[in-house]
Amino acid sequence: MGRTGQQGNIRPDVALLPDTVALSGDAAVEVTELVKRYPKAPKDSLAGVTFQVQRGEVFGFLGPNGAGKTTTIGILTTRIRPSSGRARVAGVDVVADPVGARRVLGVVPQQNNLDRSLSVRQNLLFHASYHGVPRARRRRMADELLDQFGLDDRPGGRPDDFSGGQIQRMMIARALMHAPAVLFLDEPSTGLDPAARLFLWEKVSELRAQGTTVVITTHDMDEAATLSDRVAIIDHGTLLALDTPDALVRGMTSVRTLDCTVDPGPGGDPAVIGNALGSIEHVSEVEPLDEPGGNGWRFRIYVEGEAAPFVAPIAHAIGDLGGRLNDVRLGEPNLEDVFIHLTGRALR
Amino acid sequence: MTSASTTTAPGARSRAVEDLPYWGPWRTGLAILRRDIFVTGREFPIFLAQVILQPLFLLFVFGKVLTELGYARPGYQQVLFPGLVALAAVLTGLQSTALPLVIEFSYSNEIEDRLLAPLPIGAVAVEKVVFAAMRGCVAAAVMFPVGIWILGAIPWQASTAGAVLAMTVLGALLGAAMGLILGTFVPPNRINVTFALVLTPLIFTGSCQYPWPSLSQIRWFQVVSALNPMTYVSEGLRGLMAPGVPHIQTWVCFVVAVAYLVVLMVVGMAGFIRRALG
Repeated sequence: MGRTGQQGNIRPDVALLPDTVALSGDAAVEVTELVKRYPKAPKDSLAGVTFQVQRGEVFGFLGPNGAGKTTTIGILTTRIRPSSGRARVAGVDVVADPVGARRVLGVVPQQNNLDRSLSVRQNLLFHASYHGVPRARRRRMADELLDQFGLDDRPGGRPDDFSGGQIQRMMIARALMHAPAVLFLDEPSTGLDPAARLFLWEKVSELRAQGTTVVITTHDMDEAATLSDRVAIIDHGTLLALDTPDALVRGMTSVRTLDCTVDPGPGGDPAVIGNALGSIEHVSEVEPLDEPGGNGWRFRIYVEGEAAPFVAPIAHAIGDLGGRLNDVRLGEPNLEDVFIHLTGRALR
Repeated sequence: MTSASTTTAPGARSRAVEDLPYWGPWRTGLAILRRDIFVTGREFPIFLAQVILQPLFLLFVFGKVLTELGYARPGYQQVLFPGLVALAAVLTGLQSTALPLVIEFSYSNEIEDRLLAPLPIGAVAVEKVVFAAMRGCVAAAVMFPVGIWILGAIPWQASTAGAVLAMTVLGALLGAAMGLILGTFVPPNRINVTFALVLTPLIFTGSCQYPWPSLSQIRWFQVVSALNPMTYVSEGLRGLMAPGVPHIQTWVCFVVAVAYLVVLMVVGMAGFIRRALG
């Protein structure tokens, strides 16, 4: 970015470097080699993380607790000082100019940090006044947001009188009062009931449609997959993968599953059938599933490559033993499988 | 890349910066101060009851009861009243930073919204101290009508009113700065014991109830009292309101109090920033 001042000297090959292209100013969040080591900690909480969030993107940070998600968000929101590396939000360096950065970012924390001495509406109004939103405008925005977030029936209520889902809506509405360019949501759906979670997801989609960049941390793969344009998978302070949810799933795992329901036929032995299925070429594992249903025995078959071509060989193998394939479901791997693939362990 | 990663909304990046008028950090600080005044103003009677009760009883028992029973000399009111004004300013200032900070940092996280406001982190601490000092000054001011009501008359000289005000403000700031240190350095599970261990010695070594120069008979206690910043507020006010009572020279009181304030603020701000930033 610093090179643009000396355009005459730019070599064509330098201009084509991906880094140079990516740093063209479109990034809403730019993180370069970010390292954080807490005092007395045996190792880095963040071990040199680099990524960019594009403008208008919903960017998901997926990882287990303690992976470094909250530390990253903490640095980007100026609450934690990095040990080294650079971080910019909406073009503002969060270390060199934290005050400037706080003007352009909004934060929805994990825990309720609403002002308990103020009503819902006052929470929004005072927040906006801290950010210099003029009086008439902050009143108008507060009314709009209270309405939009379904909080307009009790604007005078105190935060303590509301449910977890409503408190979270208040915190999002509050964060939007100063029209931040980038909104950070830290584990937003933790502890929410399904309806509140759906409401949250809807709101995030609406924000995206309005052009607000949203960075969301989660350890819920459904949430990451549903909401995010791109997902970064982080563990032990290291970025393991970064791509669209689809691309991550497609690219990272070659293993697919087929859930089969098998009628073993008169005198048929499920164990024998299982062995037969396991000996089909490119089948890596056969796992008997729970109780046999009314329809027959159920197996999950793990195969390498696309699943569909395996249906016929499986049906044949079962037919050869006098049984019948009653039902097949082709399982799509999900982000959790990607995570297990990358880290060798489950997300939770 | 898919369409997702290239989606941009023109102008979204710096919406906030471009649309809003210039807003200096100090105005953000004022907005935060306005929030504190708004909240306290709404509960003003409760606040008054909180700050009046202790000095009221001290004044009544020491200034009225003991004098009328003949255990204290009538002139004792001259000693006691300026000391209790100092006590109200310092103690209310201290309690107005220490307790809220412990709660806001540890339990309610309420302070986060202010730490995320566009002003330097240290300015949030300064605002806390300024607001706590305002409460300390209100508490000290309330002592005057209470004193007149209980004692009938209070030591007072119109010529030193400005200096009394200045010393009171200084005392409230000193208390608030001490509270800043307590509120940021003391872990929340220790706040009860710390308050007990700090407040009682502070109250009884701050020269509120006795003139410091008369302590030459009890040298060790005089040294201990000299270490308490509140001593210089009590003595300063005593010299200004009741010059007939032995007291430390007023200019010395001002110099030492200001020096204490600077040191306490530096330590308190460091503690605050350490707590606020990971």
